[in-house]
Amino acid sequence: MNQHHYLPHTEADIARMLARCGASSLDDFYSDVEPDLRIKKPYDVCPGMSEPELDAYMRRLSSANRELICFAGGGFYHHHTPAAVEAITSRSEFLTAYTPYQPEISQGTLQYIFEYQSMMAELTGLDVSNASMYDGATATAEAMIMAVASARKKRRVLISATINPAVAAVVGTYAAGAGITVETIPEHEGITDRTAFTEMLGSGDVAGVIVASPNYYGILEDYSGWADECHAVKALLIMNCHASALGVIRTPGEWGADIACGEAQSLGIPLNYGGPGLGYLCARRDLMRKMPGRIVGATTDADGQRVFVLTLQAREQHIRRQKATSNICSNQGIMTLHAAAYLSLMGSEGLAEVNRLGSEAMHSLAEKLCATGRMSLLYPGRTFLNETAFKINRPLDADRIIDSLADHGILAGIKLDDDAILVAATEMCSPADIDRYVSLVNNL
Amino acid sequence: MNRQLYSKLIFDLSHEGRRGYSLPEFDYGITSSIPDNLRRESAPKLPEADELTVVRHYTNSSTNNFGVDTGFYPLGSCTMKYNPKADERAVTLCGIGHLHPAAPASTVQGALEIYHVLQKYLSEIGGMAEFTLNPFAGAHGEYTGLMVIRAWHLSHDGGETRRKVLVPDSAHGTNPASAAMAGFEIEEVKSMPDGTVDVDDLRSKLDSSVAAMMMTNPNTVGMFEKNIPEIARMVHEAGALMYYDGANLNPMLGVCRPGDMGFDVMHINLHKTFATPHGGGGPGAGPVGVRAGLEKFLPVPRVVRDNDGTYRITGLPDSCGRVSSWLGNYSVFVKALCYILSMGAEGLAKVGPLATLNANYIMHSLCDLYELPIKGPCKHEFVFDGLKDKSTGVTTMNVAKRLLDFGFHAPTIYFPLLFHESMMIEPTETESPETIDAFIDVMRTIAREASETPEMLIEAPHNTPMRHPDENEAALHPVVTLRDLCSKQI
Amino acid sequence: MTRFLKSHEYARIEGNKAYIGISEYAARQLGVVTYVDMPDLGEEFDAGDDFGAIESRKAASDLFTPVSGEVMEINETLEEDPTLINKDPMANWIICIEMSDPSELDSLMDEAAYAAFCESLH
Repeated sequence: MNQHHYLPHTEADIARMLARCGASSLDDFYSDVEPDLRIKKPYDVCPGMSEPELDAYMRRLSSANRELICFAGGGFYHHHTPAAVEAITSRSEFLTAYTPYQPEISQGTLQYIFEYQSMMAELTGLDVSNASMYDGATATAEAMIMAVASARKKRRVLISATINPAVAAVVGTYAAGAGITVETIPEHEGITDRTAFTEMLGSGDVAGVIVASPNYYGILEDYSGWADECHAVKALLIMNCHASALGVIRTPGEWGADIACGEAQSLGIPLNYGGPGLGYLCARRDLMRKMPGRIVGATTDADGQRVFVLTLQAREQHIRRQKATSNICSNQGIMTLHAAAYLSLMGSEGLAEVNRLGSEAMHSLAEKLCATGRMSLLYPGRTFLNETAFKINRPLDADRIIDSLADHGILAGIKLDDDAILVAATEMCSPADIDRYVSLVNNL
Repeated sequence: MNRQLYSKLIFDLSHEGRRGYSLPEFDYGITSSIPDNLRRESAPKLPEADELTVVRHYTNSSTNNFGVDTGFYPLGSCTMKYNPKADERAVTLCGIGHLHPAAPASTVQGALEIYHVLQKYLSEIGGMAEFTLNPFAGAHGEYTGLMVIRAWHLSHDGGETRRKVLVPDSAHGTNPASAAMAGFEIEEVKSMPDGTVDVDDLRSKLDSSVAAMMMTNPNTVGMFEKNIPEIARMVHEAGALMYYDGANLNPMLGVCRPGDMGFDVMHINLHKTFATPHGGGGPGAGPVGVRAGLEKFLPVPRVVRDNDGTYRITGLPDSCGRVSSWLGNYSVFVKALCYILSMGAEGLAKVGPLATLNANYIMHSLCDLYELPIKGPCKHEFVFDGLKDKSTGVTTMNVAKRLLDFGFHAPTIYFPLLFHESMMIEPTETESPETIDAFIDVMRTIAREASETPEMLIEAPHNTPMRHPDENEAALHPVVTLRDLCSKQI
Repeated sequence: MTRFLKSHEYARIEGNKAYIGISEYAARQLGVVTYVDMPDLGEEFDAGDDFGAIESRKAASDLFTPVSGEVMEINETLEEDPTLINKDPMANWIICIEMSDPSELDSLMDEAAYAAFCESLH
C-alpha cells in the first residue's frame, strides 16, 4: 500500500496495533455494519495528487480567474491587507488551535479575542462585543432574535428598505424559522422613510428596528431621535454598519442604538470571493447576557496573574438545548485575530486615512462621471463616504458598463437595475484607475 | 509551548504617535468631509504601535497557545486532524484573494469551479445528489438542513403540521438548538444501554407531527447505529426525513455513505473530516447535502455548471432562503478541495479505518484503568466514565487538567450527558503510533498518580502558563473590554 | 405558607402577595449563581409562564411562576450579588407577584409534598 504523507501508519504499525485490539484486520472494527451498507467501489474522486501536481492544479484554476480593479462594494470592500497581518494570522499556534475551552493552554487565542472585543466596543461606541459571528448578515439576524428574546412577548421587527438586500434576505430566513414577523420600512429618495417608521412603530408590538449606516446606497442617514422613539415603545434600535466606516462616522452608541452589528470584512480582510468575512455584534451592557455566541472575560488565576477565559458560557446552546435562541457554538476565530492585528497596525489615524482616501477617490470619481453626462448621482444631495449609487442615462445601461469595463480590467460596480449601478472606491483605486474608469465610460 | 505567561495586551504597548501602517499618498484633487451630525465625536481609542511591536506582541502571545501543530488533541467529536500546509498555500495559488462577489461570472470561472468540484466530491462521499457549500459552520449547516426539511414539508399537503424534530438523548447539543431556531419543537429519543437508539421508544414517538429525525452515526459514544436501515424505514414511513449530523463522518470514510444508510439531508464539517484548520473557533464550513428530490430547496445563491462547461450563479424559486451574504467561507473550500485532491480515492478510503484503529488501540490500552461503560469495538471515538477506581476522589476534570501538564490537550469532558464522568476520546488517523503510545503512557501515569498522590492531581495543572482561573468572578462581574479592565484594575 | 413547583420555584404567600424564588434543592444543584434575569415591574404573567432565567457557571435555567399576576417588586439586591441565592434561597426571593387567582395555590405542592418529590429524584 502506498504510504500517504498525511498518514503515518505503516503495515507493520497496523499489524502491531490490531494485535493489541484482538482484531485480525481493520475490517473487524466494522463487523457491526451491515454488509449491504458498506461502500462497494472506490469513491469517484480523482486519484491522489502529489504536492507539485496540487500546486499546478491550483495555478490552473487561478488562470481561469481574472483579477479586476475593484470598484464594487455592497458589503465587501477591497482594502489593503498589511503583510504583517498575514504573517500574524498564519502563526500555526493560532491557526491550528481548537476553541479555547482549556484556558490554561489557550491564552493566545483568548487574549486576541479580548483585544478584538475591546476594539469593536470602541468602534461601535457600545459597551460590549461578543467574540464575533459568521458574517454581517447572520450577525444582523441574530441581533433581531436577541431583540425579540429581550422583548419576551413581542414578535414584530421592522427593517429599513435601505439595508443591503442580502442582509435583509438572511434576516428574512431566520425570521421565518423563529416565527418572527419582519416588516420593511419603505425608503424615500435613498433613505429610510421617517414618517412611515413612526407610523409602523406606533402600530404596536415592535421588538426591534433594524437600520443601516452607511446604507446599501452608501448614504449616511440621519438617525437623530430614532432611538428615543424606539425606546418609548420598548423596542430596541439595531444598527448595521460596516466596520471600517465606524472609524469616522457617528457611531451606533452615539445614535443611542442598543445593538450594533454588521460585516467587518472591510478591516482589510481579503475578498476571497466573499468569504470568510467577519460578523460583529456589540450591545449595551444590560443586553450582554442576551448576546449569542461567546464572550471572553478577564479574571485572575491562582498566582494572581491577569488571565482570560470564555465566560457566561452557561447561556451557550449546549446547556439550554431546546430553549436556545441561538445555535452558534463557534466564532470566526482567526478572522477576529485578523481584525485585532489590522486595527493594532492602523490605529485610529490609519483607519481615518483609509476612510479619507476611499471617500476622496469616490467623490472624485462621482464628480468626473457626472461630468461625462452619461451618469448622474441616483440620490443627489445625500452624504456618502466611499460608495454611492448612479443613475445611468440611456442608451447606456448597467450590464453594458459592467461587461465593457470588465473587458478592460475594471469591476465597475454592482448592478441595481438596468439603469442604476452601485459604485465603491478604496485606497486601492489610484487616481489613474479613476481616470481610466471615466474614460472607458466616456468611450462607450 | 512557552510555560511562562506572556500577559501583555496590545494596548499596554501603545505609544502616542507611533504608526504601524503604510498607505499611498494619492491626491484625488478633491476634499470631502462628513457633516458634524454624521461624524463620530472623538476618534476611537485604538493602539498606536510600530509594525515590529505588533508582530512581536502576537508572536509572543501565540507561544502560550496549543494547536495541532504543537501537540495531540484527543478531543472527542472534534476530529482535530493535521491541517496540511499545501492547503494553506493553495488559497494564494488559486487566485481568489482579490475576487469580489459581484465580479461577472466570466471573470471568476476558476473560483466557481472550486465550488462545483468540491460539491460534486462531497456528494459522492456523502452519497447525496447535491451539496450547498454556503453554511458557515456545522451548527449553521444543521440549521440550513432543517430549513430545507421545513421547506420540503411545506411544499407537501399537511406539511405545516409537522412541528417536531426527534433527537437522541446522546445528540450533540447543537441539534436541539438548531431545531429550535428553525422553528421546531424537540422530542428526545431514549438510548439503549449500549448507547444506540431505542427503536421502540422511537416508534412510540413517530407520528404525523414529526418532521425529521436527527442522528449522528457513529453516535457520540462511538457506536455504529446498527439498526439504521430499520430506523430510516420507520421514519420514512411516518412521512418524516432523516437528518445526518456529519460531525462524526470521519470514521465512515471508506466504509459507508450516509445516503446509503437512508439519510435524506446531511451536513459535513469541513474543519473536521476535511482537515481545514479550526482557527481557534473559525472560520469553519458546514456544507449541506440532500438526496435527489430535495435539491430545489437548497439555499441561494447556487453555483451551476452549464452544458458548455461554464459556471454561473443562480437563484432557486423554491429555496429555503438565503443563509449567508454570499457563497460561504470560500477559502475554506479551497483547503478542503486541496485535501481531497491530495488524498484521492485511495487515501480517503484509509481515513476511517485508521482513525478507528487508533481509537480502538487507545481503548484497549486503557480500559483496565478507566471505566468503559460501553464495550465492543468503537469507531473513531469512545467514552470513558472516569477512572475505574472511584475511591480516590479524582474526577474527569482533574485528569483532563493533568494531561495539559504533559503537553496533551484534554479530551472532550462531561459529554455525552449519558454518564457522570464522561471523557470522550477521538485520536484521528493523522496521529502516529508513537504519539498514541505516548498518550497512553501518560494516561496510565495519571491513573497511578490518582491512587498515589490524588491531592497533587486535584491541584492540576501545575505546569501551564496559567492555572486555576477564577471563573466564578469572571461570570459574576464580567470584564469584557479594555474599558472594563481599566475601571476594574485586574 | 409556601408552595412549590416541580421546576423547583417556590411561592411564599403573604396575604395576596407571592414572593417567588428557587428552592434550596435547586440552588444546591445550580452551584454558584452568577446571574438572575428578572422581568420589569408591572409585567403580567400567567401561572407556568417563564418570567426570567437564572444562570450559574454550570447551567442556565428558565424561571417559572407558580401563580398568575402582576410583578409588584423585584429583588434588586440580586443584581449586585446573585450569590445571595446560594446563601439563603428562601430569604432571597426573586420577584413578588400580586396574585390574580389565589385558588391556583391549591394545585401546588406544600412543603412536605415537595420534600418527598425531591427525595424521589435521587
